[in-house]
Amino acid sequence: MGSRLPSMLKDAGLTAFVAAALGIFVVGFRTVDQGRGLTFDYHLVDLAVAVVTIFFGRLGLSLAAEGLRWPAMTLGAVMIAVGASPLQLPSGFLHWFVALGGVLLVLRGAWPWANDAVTAAAKSPSGVVLGRAGAKWSGWLLLAGAVAMPFTPFADQKTMDLGVLILTYVMLGWGLNIVVGLAGLLDLGYVAFYAVGAYSYALLSTQHGLGFWAVLPLAGMMAALFGLVLGFPVLRLRGDYLAIVTLGFGEIIRLVLLNWFDLTNGPAGIGSIPGPTLFGAVFAETAPAGKQTVSEMLGIPFNGIHRLIFLYYIILFLALITNLFTQRMRRLPVGRAWEALREDETACRALGINPTNTKLTAFAVGAMFAGFAGSFFAAKQRFISPESFVFIESAIILAIVVLGGMGSQIGVVLAAVLLIGLPEWFRDLGNYRMLAFGLAMVLIMVFRPRGLVAHREPSLRLHPVRPTGGG
Amino acid sequence: MAYFSQQLINAITLGAIYGLIAIGYTMVYGIIGMINFAHGEVFMIGAFISLIGFMICSMLGIGSAPVAILLVLLLAMAFSAVYGWAVERTAYRPLRGSFRLAPLISAIGVSIALQNYVQLVQGARPKPGGQVVSGGFNLFSVDGFDVRVTWLQIIIVVVTVVLMAGFTWLIARTSLGRQQRACEQDMKMAALLGVNVDRTISLTVVLGAALDAVAGMLFLMYYGVIDFFIGFLAGIKAFTAAVLGGIGSLPGAMLGGLLIGLIEVFWAAYFSSEYKDVAAFAILVLVLIFRPSGLLGKPEIEKV
Repeated sequence: MGSRLPSMLKDAGLTAFVAAALGIFVVGFRTVDQGRGLTFDYHLVDLAVAVVTIFFGRLGLSLAAEGLRWPAMTLGAVMIAVGASPLQLPSGFLHWFVALGGVLLVLRGAWPWANDAVTAAAKSPSGVVLGRAGAKWSGWLLLAGAVAMPFTPFADQKTMDLGVLILTYVMLGWGLNIVVGLAGLLDLGYVAFYAVGAYSYALLSTQHGLGFWAVLPLAGMMAALFGLVLGFPVLRLRGDYLAIVTLGFGEIIRLVLLNWFDLTNGPAGIGSIPGPTLFGAVFAETAPAGKQTVSEMLGIPFNGIHRLIFLYYIILFLALITNLFTQRMRRLPVGRAWEALREDETACRALGINPTNTKLTAFAVGAMFAGFAGSFFAAKQRFISPESFVFIESAIILAIVVLGGMGSQIGVVLAAVLLIGLPEWFRDLGNYRMLAFGLAMVLIMVFRPRGLVAHREPSLRLHPVRPTGGG
Repeated sequence: MAYFSQQLINAITLGAIYGLIAIGYTMVYGIIGMINFAHGEVFMIGAFISLIGFMICSMLGIGSAPVAILLVLLLAMAFSAVYGWAVERTAYRPLRGSFRLAPLISAIGVSIALQNYVQLVQGARPKPGGQVVSGGFNLFSVDGFDVRVTWLQIIIVVVTVVLMAGFTWLIARTSLGRQQRACEQDMKMAALLGVNVDRTISLTVVLGAALDAVAGMLFLMYYGVIDFFIGFLAGIKAFTAAVLGGIGSLPGAMLGGLLIGLIEVFWAAYFSSEYKDVAAFAILVLVLIFRPSGLLGKPEIEKV
């Protein structure tokens, strides 16, 4: 192995050199505005520390790839120690950078063992049984947990808020999964339909006094209509053209919302949107004239969290409908046609499937669920503005679907918890969050392009293969 | 008439910048059939490197504008090219042979990461700078309305035309251009005939990134202010330009850039400036519907 060392060092040196070239201007010279034009704030020492870290990190990774686990892990441990030490590195971020690099190396070194252990466990008799049971029951377990959540002691304001947020993204993920996962159409403007639903509810409720439950189906239909109008001309296009057109469409919707003052009140948004009601009763401490509050109706003392719990169950219900609908659609001819189209469009055409109409149904159905979620969002926030419907939202929903494993329903749940739940706990990390988010998208594509729960098996096979263990 | 001529001059300048970015899209799409979504961010980074380069030049006491522009141009091209190379190597190359949408999703990830990286290291506030060329002359005047051409506008158009000519020559005459065209037609066959496909793709992305940096520098000089978010809109518009002109075609990219510049400027001048971006996107949708192969592109034949 000693003979490989020079080439590894050369490789690590090259990586460090590239990193230095990348960082020298953008990182090394920070421009700051001090009233009389821009001046420099030099960060060259920071850059040097980062480059040295990258050198050792790359070296450790190549050591691990050569099978030299112990040296790689030792290197990682040293880096963790340096990062955690009271040594005065130029910035707090660098401490994290060095330490996280070390953690990465240790994990990379230990990875083969962990992998072997997991594979062995899955192959053992009890592991096979457990895997099958897991595949069959994990969804139900999750559902039971979600239903019981508001009654557990953890259910305070913060957790319930987070629960509602995660479930909203689960629903959006399931909706987009119909378009991306099943029909294989890359939709980068999904948030536009979400916006259509949200503005439908906001306008109909504040200007025409319609209630949440009356508007919900209307908002869904409205979003589906937008989906049809947009989809009809563009769904004949190739996949990546479609991606760009939907992206452009998303931006058009946002710009129209931003500039059409008479209808949408522009960037100021629409406020005081009424929340959803329970059999006509409102969630508030005192009811408006002619209405009843929920606490009066049920004869329980008022508590602000009741509203949150109610919202939680609404979004859970909506999300489950989305899921059930998708599961049933997959058994119908049109659902089978979606999956067939995803696999091979030319073959579908030859078999007499009309690709445009089939894609259009998937597109419109996906849009409809975004519309539902959008009107829920408006009812929950009670205030909406175009700020909430930017491209990054579409990218996050897409990332949930992709990370979950396109076409997998349970994967979407896991991914939503990971991508929405975790960052929400680390709110104070600010912009580092989105940086990590972007990098994670790349890493998932490179190392696990099929997602967490790989599921691109067609729902139906002509000659069924016998199920094997694992899950 | 005078107003119209003035807007025409502005539109051509803007169109030249879009055209430069569009070339990068069109070349990469031509070879690997993927939308290099991070292209717009490289443009933004090129603009930032130019800003820093101009500041360093003024610190070093380089007073002569042509020297400063040339130095900064080379600097921005070289260092943005490294970004192009690194992105291709880490985010696109491992995905060759993965499923169809994988590179696009990865590219979106790169784009988000680069945007936030620049926001983190350079701050979110708009940065003014890069105004090294000022002045101009009156072309003619009608009814007291002067039609003005600035020296900067002339520089932008000249730089664009020179680079266009250079690239056309590169694609048509050099061995690299031949390899690129071979990869574009049939990657597998090209590899069998001894073309280093990975290297060709890498070089294409790098060249695109270098042009991007030029566009970034010109953008900085023209508008005088940049921030970390300029890459997104410019990228989408330039992609629109590439599609409009016919993806895979160099003159098409330039033509598309000019058309997008014209549409945007005239829409803002005669209708409303709020909806100028809507107009550009609407054009993209219309072109894709009625002429998916673009104005100068060849219709695509799907092989099974």
